[in-house]
Amino acid sequence: MTTRLQERRQQQQKEHLANKSLGVSRWFSISMAALAWVVAALFFFPVFWMVLNGFKEEIDANTSPKLFFDPTLDRYSEVTTQTQGLLSFSEAFANSFLIVLISTLLVLFLAIPAAYALSIYPVKKWRDVLFFFISTKFLPVVAAILPLWVIAESLGLLNTRLVLVILYTAMNLPLAVWMLRSFFGEVPRELVEASQIDGATLGQQIRNVILPIVAPGIAATALLCVIFAWNEFFLAVQLNPVDGSTVPIWVTTNVSTRGNFLAKLSAASTLATLPVVLAGWVAQKRMIRGLAMGAIK
Amino acid sequence: MTTTSRKPSNSDAEQRSADESRDARRKKWLRRLPLLPALIFTIVVTQLPFLFSLWYSLTDWKIVPPEPRTFTGLNNYIEGYTNEFFLDAVIVSVIMTVSAVLLSLLLGLAVAMLLDREFRGRGILRTLMITPFLIMPVVAGLVWSTQMFNSTFGVLNWIITSLGFDAIPFVERFPLASIVVVLVWQWAPFMMLIMLAGLQGQPLDILEAARVDGATPTQIFRNLTLPLLRPYMELGILLGSIYLIQVFDHIEVITGGGPGSTNVPFFVFQRSIGGGWDFGQASAYAVIVVIASIIIATFALRLLSGLIESEATS
Repeated sequence: MTTRLQERRQQQQKEHLANKSLGVSRWFSISMAALAWVVAALFFFPVFWMVLNGFKEEIDANTSPKLFFDPTLDRYSEVTTQTQGLLSFSEAFANSFLIVLISTLLVLFLAIPAAYALSIYPVKKWRDVLFFFISTKFLPVVAAILPLWVIAESLGLLNTRLVLVILYTAMNLPLAVWMLRSFFGEVPRELVEASQIDGATLGQQIRNVILPIVAPGIAATALLCVIFAWNEFFLAVQLNPVDGSTVPIWVTTNVSTRGNFLAKLSAASTLATLPVVLAGWVAQKRMIRGLAMGAIK
Repeated sequence: MTTTSRKPSNSDAEQRSADESRDARRKKWLRRLPLLPALIFTIVVTQLPFLFSLWYSLTDWKIVPPEPRTFTGLNNYIEGYTNEFFLDAVIVSVIMTVSAVLLSLLLGLAVAMLLDREFRGRGILRTLMITPFLIMPVVAGLVWSTQMFNSTFGVLNWIITSLGFDAIPFVERFPLASIVVVLVWQWAPFMMLIMLAGLQGQPLDILEAARVDGATPTQIFRNLTLPLLRPYMELGILLGSIYLIQVFDHIEVITGGGPGSTNVPFFVFQRSIGGGWDFGQASAYAVIVVIASIIIATFALRLLSGLIESEATS
């Protein structure tokens, strides 16, 4: 413990010296830090304002902007207990959790072996295969929505959770394959070979040798998949607007053409974004590391 | 290699080589096996609909008025190609994607540089900064249009009117720019994350050496930092364009696709299940869009192959 502290102190001293030798004045550092605070505050402000408005009475929200008011939790109880359209709060959240969880697990289940076949023992044309995966991300979803609708209807999948599970898996799979392939490049090949000589099957190799090494990368990948699936709106509104629908659809049911809805919409928006925002906050460092590996490896 | 070669005159060597090649083929397939589930799944879910679109685009399938579907050949394409609204949508798409990607990248780089120095509260600032990227696009669009841009309740106009100017109906007057602002608000934080990853990967000893040699901060930035960041910038541009070329949610909730803010995805949507119900014509647009996407993707993937090549040398 003490050695780590000492190391850290030495490191700080070094940096301090480096700054001095650069001739960077203290005022420059302070003003840069101040600028960083200002920029971050500006970026965060709309989120702050949304959260704030969720605690207002409609009359306080639907007027020129107010910073001070009597905070209330009534909007939160309204949006969680009353159902505007056909979709209730608890239904939407349960559906979203289920759909996002299953599709992300499916993505990993399909992408991990694929990444193995693209990096550790690469197939001959691994580069073409990788490009194929990425190129599907360029196909506009909108261009496929009509046939998707027709196919889903003929299979009886319209308005089911299953259709969104399938499509979110397809939507995130290319990104996952691509990121995981980069992480798998970090695994020393000798380790895999050694376990192979010991007679480990593919599943055992992945579970015992590869997964422990690339766990942070897998976490970063899974998080990105969760973010994109949780936030997806277009496919949900076109293929599954009524029954078994998701949180983004529920948010829009709080927009009404009659009467004031700003405070209520803010409360609903805050609830809808909370799970992913919290997950992102917790995993941000891991995500930076994951993206770094994805960029250069 | 088959049973016909099993003559008594066959030497053992030949037999062995046949066995070996069968073994090699088996190995090849074993190698491919882990790839197949993902590949087949992707082909079925993403390519099959396209074949349907291709077929629809050659017919005059309409829902309103309901008519029997007939084969019309390339008619839809000729009509589609000359439709001025489609060309408008193409221009909007190009402006929206290019400006949002570039602005996000520049802003993300600037913020990452600010956060890549030692100071108190750096972790909190990074947390605040990445939040917009985590926000649901529908929510982002709604919050900005109802609580930032809005002429009566919006914070921006509240500031403008407090300063004694007239309120600006942002969304009505500058629909495209308003949407780009929200897109940049969401994607600059993502670019910042990628740039931070790049900056943290800088070899400190080289930077130190450059400083000792008397390089100015500008020189260090241009000659050391920027080249090191290049793969990260390429990654940012690639991922940013993949997602920003498909923008739909923001348009839907901010302008609802009024004049000047309808991009190609939204245009195709409007022509088909978004109210046009002209499935034949909409499918023709979809096919045109897919072909254009393939052309763009080829360019983008060349960029990407640069990313992969650099790995081979490292």
